[in-house]
Order: sequence, then structure tokens, then C-alpha cells
Amino acid sequence: MSYTVDFGLVLNEPYREWILQGLGVTLQISAVSIVLSLLLGTIIAVFRLSRVKPLVWFSLAFTEFFRNTPLLVQIFFWYFGSHAVLPDVVNKWLYRQDFEFAAGVIALTVYTSAFIAEEIRSGVFAIPKTQLEASRACGLSFLQAMGYVILPQAFRIVIPPLISQFLNLIKNSSLVMTIGVMDLTYMARQIEAHTFHGFEAFTVATAIYLTISLIVSYTINLYNKRVLRVASH
Amino acid sequence: MHWDVISNNFSYFLIGAYPQGPLGGLAMSILLALGGIFGAFWLGLLIGLMRISKSRFCRIFALVYTEIIRGTPLLMVIFWFYFLAPIAFGHTLPEAESALIALIVFTSAYIAEIVRAGIESLPKGQSEAARGTGLSRLQAMRYVILPQALFNMIPSFVNQFVSLTKDTSLAFIIGVNELTKAATQVNNRTLNAPTEIFITIAVLYFIICYVLTALSRRLEKRINRYQARDR
Repeated sequence: MSYTVDFGLVLNEPYREWILQGLGVTLQISAVSIVLSLLLGTIIAVFRLSRVKPLVWFSLAFTEFFRNTPLLVQIFFWYFGSHAVLPDVVNKWLYRQDFEFAAGVIALTVYTSAFIAEEIRSGVFAIPKTQLEASRACGLSFLQAMGYVILPQAFRIVIPPLISQFLNLIKNSSLVMTIGVMDLTYMARQIEAHTFHGFEAFTVATAIYLTISLIVSYTINLYNKRVLRVASH
Repeated sequence: MHWDVISNNFSYFLIGAYPQGPLGGLAMSILLALGGIFGAFWLGLLIGLMRISKSRFCRIFALVYTEIIRGTPLLMVIFWFYFLAPIAFGHTLPEAESALIALIVFTSAYIAEIVRAGIESLPKGQSEAARGTGLSRLQAMRYVILPQALFNMIPSFVNQFVSLTKDTSLAFIIGVNELTKAATQVNNRTLNAPTEIFITIAVLYFIICYVLTALSRRLEKRINRYQARDR
């Protein structure tokens, strides 16, 4: 049996529509997870830098555990097993939403926030210690010093590594197809199931992911060149 | 909680149905990771060297290769090879081999970047001195630059191995019998203990990855100390 490569098939209706819908879901789940993981990651990083021992231990355990287990296993855990660890109210609320999407968002958020916390922590370490001491001496509390003095400076340093974490998140979001979120990868799989032209479908999907990645990494390079050089003067 | 499900299936998680049936579970994951890092090291070394070679063609090829692979999700690479094989060879490859090839290709792009950065971070005087004593470019690379650069890269390689170990879980998606597949099989059969099963699996992965991460941190400290010895 011979196989003819036919990209026209994938790029025409109805499959073009499927790909675009999948891309929409990928961007949507990525956007929601990026916002949430930035929030959670910042909180975990502040815990790690605080002087309260239990908070430090919690944040250490959080980052080590979630960084050292595969995302796919975490996705399955939140999808199949979260009902046993989350409170009932939260479970009921989640089941009323689009549960696949919600489980995907939780998994991506928790996984990425562990990496983001580490990036922010190393960004904070790059700020001279005297900054914190000076702001504490001015009478700011620890949280105020963090919020008004340290974090604004640290964020400027960590923006490029943070963006590359967000890029990883977009790439990692392809895994949520395993629990049935209809993202770009899922749609490529569907097209394969309908037409048996998996090669073309996945090439198109790969090209889309690649375009997103290249745009983002080009932006980081631009930022590094413009902003960081100005800041170092 | 139904922890008995775990104890009943624990050997299945570790080695699959091995003595009676095919190898699977954690053993298969580790095999994939070991095979993957071995292949990715050599391919990555080659691509990394091409990245800094004199030939313009080699440089551009290596750059395009790393940029494309690093810009694509691993899942895409896995599917891509899985569906490329029937076109290229006329028949499907076994899942495990197809996944292994995808893991090697994917990881090699990251290894290539490590190799390039490691070589570029060596003082330029090293290669100049080696060339000055009459070694050819290839000899200087082989006997002077690479031994030092590869030594400095060991922690990064270990970190890459940790990522690879986590990435082997994706082989499940095309049906390779490894730890994540074992977990979903047991979960589909029992249905009453998903939380316990996936926590156990996560802990198994965690033990391996955490031990390796800790090892890489210790190595990094030692290497830093070694490099700072006479400064």
C-alpha cells in the first residue's frame, strides 16, 4: 500500500477549522495557567524566603516534589485522583465547570509554579542583600519590603527566564490531550483518526507550536538586548 | 483508602509482568531513559560540535536542528516519528523503538546546547595553546578541549537525564509498556483507587529524579571547588 503525502487535505475545511479550534483551546488553557502559575509561583517563592520555618519547609517540599515528578503523572493525578485530596466544596465546584479543562489548568499551574518559584527565588538572590536591610531599616515590614522594593527589581531580572518557563508551559499544554481537553494536539490526533494522514496533521501542529516558540524566543532576545543592556548602565 | 491495590500490584509497577510476560513498569522507564541518554549524548555531542564548526553549512544545520526541536513539544516529536515511520519504511516501528528514537532526537537538541555552552565557557587560551603546540584542530578538540569541557558539563548532563526520566512517561501515549502505562492499566482494572495509584507512581518517579538531582548538586559543588582550586 502506498502512502501519498497530502497537506491540502489537512489545510482545507473541515480540518482547518479543527486545527484552529484546537489552537484556540491551547492558547486559552495556556493563558489561564500562565496567570495562575505566576501568582502561585510568587507565593511559593515568598514562602521560601520568609523566616517562618514551616512555610520554608512547605515551599521546599512543594518545589522539590513537583519538579521531580512527570507532568503527565500529575495530570492523571489531578484528573482521576483529586477528589480524594481536595475539599468537597471545591470538588463540586470543579465538576460544575469543564472538569477536563479545570484539571488540566490545575496540573499545569502547579507544575509550572514550582519552576517559577525557583526562578523568582534566584532573581531575589541576585538583588544585593543591603536592599532588604535598607528597606527594613526604613521601617517597612518584611512583606512591604518584598512588595515594594525587592520583587519589583527581581521581576525585571527574571522576566526572560520566566517567559521561557511560560513557553515551556505552552509546549507542555500538549499533554492535556491525554485527559480529553480538545487542544491542538488532540485535534491533530482526531484528524489522524478520521483521515489516517497523521504525518501531515502532526507536521502542521508542530509548525504551529514552532511558530509560537520562535516568536516568544525572538521577543526574549529583543528584551535581553534592549532592556537588560539599558538596566546594566 | 484502598492501599491494598498498591501492594497487590506493586511488582507490576516495578517490572511489569516480567518473568512470565514482557518487561514493563519502572524497569522499562529506566531502560528507556538509559538508552535515551546514551543515544542523545553522542548525537548531541555531534550536533554541538557542528554548531561551533568552521563549516557554514554544519553551523546552520545544527542551529536549525536545535531551534526546531527545542521549539516543539516532546509529544509532537513522539507522534511525528510514530507517523513518519510508516511513510519512511512502509511499516510501523514497534512503539518502544519509535519512542526511544523520539526521546533521543528530542534530548540531543538540549545536550547540543549544553555541549556548545560548555566548550564556549572554556578560556580561549586553552585551544590557542593546544593549537600552538602543533595539534590539529581536531586533535586539540579531542585531547584538550573536550576532556575539560565534558567534565564541567557533568551536572548539566545529570539534570538532562532527570528531565529525560520524567519525559519517558510520554511514551505511554503511543502505548509503550512503562510505569505510567502500568498505572493507567491498574487504574482501569480496579477503578476504586486512582488517588493511591497515581501518588505511588509519582513517588516512584520522585525517588529516582530526586536522588539524581541531589547527586548533580553535589557534583556541581565539587566541580566548582575543583575549578577554584588555584585562583
